[in-house]
Amino acid sequence: MTLFEYLHYIILPVLVVSAVLILWRFIKGPSIADKIVSLDLLITTGIGVIAVYSVIYNQSTLMDTALILALIAFLSTVALSYYLEKRKRK
Amino acid sequence: MIDIIIGALATFGALFVLFAAIGLVRMPDTYLRISVTTKAATLGVGLVLMSTTVYFSNADVTSQAFVIILFLLLTAPVSAHLIGRASYFIGVKLWDKSVMDELRGKYQKNTHILKSIVDDTPEDNVDHTKMDDK
Repeated sequence: MTLFEYLHYIILPVLVVSAVLILWRFIKGPSIADKIVSLDLLITTGIGVIAVYSVIYNQSTLMDTALILALIAFLSTVALSYYLEKRKRK
Repeated sequence: MIDIIIGALATFGALFVLFAAIGLVRMPDTYLRISVTTKAATLGVGLVLMSTTVYFSNADVTSQAFVIILFLLLTAPVSAHLIGRASYFIGVKLWDKSVMDELRGKYQKNTHILKSIVDDTPEDNVDHTKMDDK
């Protein structure tokens, strides 16, 4: 088994299974804070998937997308928690 | 040899991401879920990015991956603290088997200021036992 087969048939399914579990928490989540946390974790898992794909396809340019996704995850979490906190402050 | 190092790093990274996902599903409380998210997932994605630096062994990719890892390590605690604070204010319940709530009666409801002691004006404080709405 070469490295690419290992990444393609072992590592990527593990990441996809974890993404499905996180998505289940996003759909189920009792409070809105759970949904925000699971969205953040879903984007972080997406960074890992992009890194594995950049190794499989030998394209280092895909790491740019991972950097942008990391920025967007932090920004969305900060903005959503800011407005969530502001909603109660009257 | 290089392939074994890449495979080991990617394996540990994917395992830590999987542990974070299982913890996010299995933990009983929002605050415990936030704790799982900010530790295990950051470590897992950092290890996967380290495997890409070993594979390419190139100054561009290495610097870019280290920038992403540094950014994740810096922003994960900040966002976890922000969302935990917001969920405490909007009245997300703690786990019913939690032994104590250190913040009870110390956050001001209107000004959102954290005090160090519980004073004698309990009507201004955030108290989860008296809070019924989500």
